Amino acid sequence: MHNEQFNNRNVSDNGYYLVDIEDYPTDNWGRFKRVIKRTFRGELFVGLWVVLREMIKFDIHTVQYPQEKMPIGPRYRAVHEMKRLWESGTERCIGCGLCEKICISNCIRMDTKIDENSRKEVTEYSINLGRCIFCGYCAEVCPELAIVHGGRYENASDQREHFVLFEDMLTPIDALKAGKQLEFEGFGAITPHEDERVKKTPLSY
Amino acid sequence: MDIAYLIETVIKVVVVLLIFSALAGIGTYFERKVLAFMQRRLGPMYVGPFGLLQVAADGVKLFTKEDIIPSNVVPNIFKIAPVITAATAFMAAAAIPFLPQFTLFGYTVHPIVADINIGILYILGIMGVGLYGPLLGGMASANKFSLLSAARGAAVFISYEVVTGLSILAPIMMVGSLSLIDFNAYQAGGIGDWIIWSQPVAFILFWIAAFAETGRTPFHLIANDHEIIDGFGTEYSGMRWGLFFIGEYANMFFISFIIPLLFLGGYGDGSLLGALGLLAKMSFFFFFFLWTRAAWPDVRPDQLMWLCWKVLMPIAVINIVITGLVMMF
Repeated sequence: MHNEQFNNRNVSDNGYYLVDIEDYPTDNWGRFKRVIKRTFRGELFVGLWVVLREMIKFDIHTVQYPQEKMPIGPRYRAVHEMKRLWESGTERCIGCGLCEKICISNCIRMDTKIDENSRKEVTEYSINLGRCIFCGYCAEVCPELAIVHGGRYENASDQREHFVLFEDMLTPIDALKAGKQLEFEGFGAITPHEDERVKKTPLSY
Repeated sequence: MDIAYLIETVIKVVVVLLIFSALAGIGTYFERKVLAFMQRRLGPMYVGPFGLLQVAADGVKLFTKEDIIPSNVVPNIFKIAPVITAATAFMAAAAIPFLPQFTLFGYTVHPIVADINIGILYILGIMGVGLYGPLLGGMASANKFSLLSAARGAAVFISYEVVTGLSILAPIMMVGSLSLIDFNAYQAGGIGDWIIWSQPVAFILFWIAAFAETGRTPFHLIANDHEIIDGFGTEYSGMRWGLFFIGEYANMFFISFIIPLLFLGGYGDGSLLGALGLLAKMSFFFFFFLWTRAAWPDVRPDQLMWLCWKVLMPIAVINIVITGLVMMF
């Protein structure tokens, strides 16, 4: 699907035109003429033909939802995902806690500890999807592109508070090895053509 | 009256009742599918292959649903009203020859319950009685929308019934009989003998009136969903509502049989081809009911009355006068 036709806001060259509406008849002779004209112009048959044509063409637009799904935009902000590093397969999250801090609906809670290699390790990480407003700030603030939004939008549940945990959001290791991990293109992701736009750090002053 | 005739009639009644009750259900399936295809949808898809068992699912639901009699209604009239609609629809079928006579195991079967000599008058009269279903149901429900629907029903009824009667008068004058068998015999000679060629105006008028008679879309006023909810059916639930529904769809099928029998040669000479031809014509008219529902908007009640009294009735009267003059000279 192309977005160009929606992005063009200039109505005048989109094929719009004013419908030619006749004046209403004021006298009885005019009304009589209008009845005769409408009776014999065959507009009813135009309507019949239009629907029959659509039936014959059989151009069905129904998406049989649970079996079929519409493609979703790569920038769509649905249930979060945790990404892994492509090279080593370890999780990208460094436990900095920025997402917890920036979350405006206070739905992210995390707990960290220093592990035996003196690296910060995430022990607990949960997102309350009942509170999350899917604003995308966590994905934007994440310095490691670790927490991003995915495309899984079916989060109906039987109670208001329902949570996703770190392990649920993390890309499975076999999916990563199969190259199935998708990068998020929305907030916080590297924009396209970033290489051309990058400049040397001005150290000369 | 010998006992064989009695048994045969009872069997025919049961067969007509069963077939058209089932057809009413299948008719809803076709309506939903045809409307869906015309609107680029798929229609029922989940119950059974291509949603074919949707009819059974709806039937189970209607039969097992609680039969609610709301407070403040007039209970007896409220209960009897759906029965009137369904019963009169099937009673009207008694005088319709559905197929030419055929021989089954050496026994000649006439697929008409009773070939009475006032056939078409009886059919129109009984279909007219069918109005009492919506009228009484709407008035007995303690609901303003139902009451509006009943009032509309009465107003619409006196409008279209005049057109129905007058439009059919000219063909009756030509045939000289009210029996549908005689109508069929009059047109048995082939396409050239069809009454539509000599009475095209009467055909169009009767067709238009049939839409009002069955309450289909251009004149879908009595139970107009987007104006008065379900009209007379608003307060009904379960199988009582289902009886209204069966009556409406059975009526559509019977009218779809009557139009070809009156104007389009019926089953012709009575051969197998003629019988299939009648079924094909019936299917077309039934399909046309669904087709117009997808294509056309509804008129207002006052527009329908304007159309019936000021346009169609004068045309019907002029048609009768011209027919009479042509027959006289």
